[in-house]
Amino acid sequence: MFDSGRPLFQQIAEAIEDSIVDGSLGEEEKAPSTNELAAFHRINPATAAKGVASLTDRGILYKRRGIGMFVAAGARERLLAERRESFAQAYIAPMLAEARRLRLGPADVARLVRDFETTGTGRDSGAATHQQEDAS
Amino acid sequence: MTAVIEVEHLTKQYKGTLAVDDISFRIEENTIYGFLGRNGAGKTTTMSILTAQNFATAGSVRVFGEAPYENRRVLSRMCFVREGQKYPDDFTPAHALKAASLFFPHWDEEYAAALIEDFRLPLKTRISKLSRGQLSAVGVIIGLASRAEVTFFDEPYLGLDAVARSLFYERLMEDYAEHPRTILLSSHLIDEIADLIERVIVIDEGKLLVDRTADELRGEAVTLTGDADQVERFIGDREVLHRERLGNVAAVTLLGSLGQAEAAEAAAAGLERSPVPLQQLVVRLSRQNESRRSGAGQNGTPRSRAPRTAGAGESS
Repeated sequence: MFDSGRPLFQQIAEAIEDSIVDGSLGEEEKAPSTNELAAFHRINPATAAKGVASLTDRGILYKRRGIGMFVAAGARERLLAERRESFAQAYIAPMLAEARRLRLGPADVARLVRDFETTGTGRDSGAATHQQEDAS
Repeated sequence: MTAVIEVEHLTKQYKGTLAVDDISFRIEENTIYGFLGRNGAGKTTTMSILTAQNFATAGSVRVFGEAPYENRRVLSRMCFVREGQKYPDDFTPAHALKAASLFFPHWDEEYAAALIEDFRLPLKTRISKLSRGQLSAVGVIIGLASRAEVTFFDEPYLGLDAVARSLFYERLMEDYAEHPRTILLSSHLIDEIADLIERVIVIDEGKLLVDRTADELRGEAVTLTGDADQVERFIGDREVLHRERLGNVAAVTLLGSLGQAEAAEAAAAGLERSPVPLQQLVVRLSRQNESRRSGAGQNGTPRSRAPRTAGAGESS
């Protein structure tokens, strides 16, 4: 489940964020405990604790003494806003870099995105582009 | 942090061979250690001295502040699960578990029973007739159910298939989370245990090569991949752990992390940065140590020059 590319605690934090973003972990609901995370992911509890701590530091989770960690009110909206902000850098930048290697301009990419949205596959449009190139 | 084990200048000499060569380290309480190194590096010798199953030639070992030899107070707080553990000829797993339950004060009978079921261990078969994997399961169950304050697992996985190993890691993490204690895991399957361990000790040719947290160690090296000329220009006189080349593309593993300016410089040169998995790092540090030593013999530099990765851990 985890890639070795980024610190493990960060990936644990993101996995929790993911479930807040997709709604499976609701606001004011109890987040999984450090021990549960450690056993489930087979990681050191200290690593899991570090991941959880990074979320409490940012106010995404908060602690109820003696009970556990809970999702803060407004956490979902905040995460959505953060992720929208980093979306271009995280997804569009690498996509455009690959597009450049394939000699596809931003306009080609935009068309592929639109076609993908309507047909559920980018293939037809790709074939069409090649045919046009062959004809010219 | 409290040290449960303190080792100072430990040395073990077998007729003519230095198995352990003047090593010093501390083991902190409630921490999982990866105790790593190549075969014959001195790991098992060290662990057997720590558990009073072997004598040191020189140096001192203190466990819970006391010398472990013939010291029942100390020994009942430690469990050493060793590869190829010998049992009396007519022993069955039931006998071995009974003996362990009498020796270890924190033994959990119910937990042992659950583990026997998990690992499908036959209790009434003679241990000498068990498969390699079943024999390992006996050790793993004793190691877990003893809940000793310090538990050594010396290559506990021999003969265990991937499913059983995964089960072991899962049970270990669950139980450690509920009952924190000190665990030393000695394993060659570093990738499998990389996420479990908090600190790493690497022994190489009887010497301490690394003593750091796993996180620090991961930050110790970086691999840069890109155009070979650009890579060469970038590395300059940095310390290189490993070099690979495929056509015009080079991948170089550098010791040390990159600062922000350096990272930007690497990115500008079109170099891709990737972290080095723990297993590769340990392999490369060991190899570097080996070549340093063989190099040292030729040009006369002192053989005992401390590798920089070992020094940093001592201050903590």
